[in-house]
Amino acid sequence: MHSRTSDRPEGAQLSESARDGLKIVIVGGFGVGKTTMVRSVSEIRPLSTEETMTQAGVGIDDASQVQDKTTTTVAFDFGRISLDEQMVLYLFGAPGQERFWFLWDRLFMGTLGAVVLVDTNRLSDSWYAIDRLEHHGTPFIVARNNFGEPKHTLEEVRAALDLPADIPIVDCDARERDSSKAVLVALARHLYSLSTSPSTFSSAPSSAAQESTA
Amino acid sequence: MIRGAVDSEDPDRLYTVTGGRSRVDESVFDMVTLIVSESEPSPGMQSEHAKILRMCHRPLAVVEISSYLGLPVSVVKILLCDLLDTGKITARHPQVVRSDRQLPEPEMLKKVLVALQNL
Repeated sequence: MHSRTSDRPEGAQLSESARDGLKIVIVGGFGVGKTTMVRSVSEIRPLSTEETMTQAGVGIDDASQVQDKTTTTVAFDFGRISLDEQMVLYLFGAPGQERFWFLWDRLFMGTLGAVVLVDTNRLSDSWYAIDRLEHHGTPFIVARNNFGEPKHTLEEVRAALDLPADIPIVDCDARERDSSKAVLVALARHLYSLSTSPSTFSSAPSSAAQESTA
Repeated sequence: MIRGAVDSEDPDRLYTVTGGRSRVDESVFDMVTLIVSESEPSPGMQSEHAKILRMCHRPLAVVEISSYLGLPVSVVKILLCDLLDTGKITARHPQVVRSDRQLPEPEMLKKVLVALQNL
């Protein structure tokens, strides 16, 4: 694990009145720019930590094939944005790899939503992330981290990802604060819109929910 | 020492001798639960406990403590259980507890949206 010598928090400290921690997860393959996005909007220098778990004790799909207990360790980066005197948003950059999803429930239960950060040269990384987010019932949007001239239109990317029409897809430059902020705003707008639309994410099956799982 | 049967033990005492180190207790902490020190470190205290008390004069999330201590999140949660049991810290848990596929209230999401727009 990384080593740190200081046990004092660096940078901006939270308000005394901070009391409500919120989570948003940025999921994407290696090198797609997750940490870059966290860094560009965070009020603290991004930190990293890890979580471990013993795989045999968890109800994963192929647990029957696990002969011995194996310890899974997942490292992740995070940053922080104070939204007001009470609410503090934590942004997690999470690897989309398979083992990470074993830890989703433990780490990211109660996450407001997710951003799937996409590199159009490696769309297959994103398919898996989108499938898992749908499985966990986590609302998300897709952001293409775009340096320079895009080779494809966003609608082409939407088609390649087989993304339902009601899930927003946006372009961004994760290095730019305003651009990363716009991605978070797009996610928050999507979440708000879902929360005010009674047919989505309700406990009763709806036609919209059935379509999105197809 | 002569002891009675375990089932005659006071449940509170059994809780105390285990130091509260059960999964149920750990699970009260979310990664973004904010921790605040309620006392200064005392002499002889385990060093990780003392470090936590020093770093949480202002609210600090579990995951930040984990990063500063260089310890996995689950280990930090056990250390926090010890401190919470003895009243040395308080824990401010997230308002959003989404055990099922329920979104938070629209009013709350609106506040998040507006705050992000105003950054």
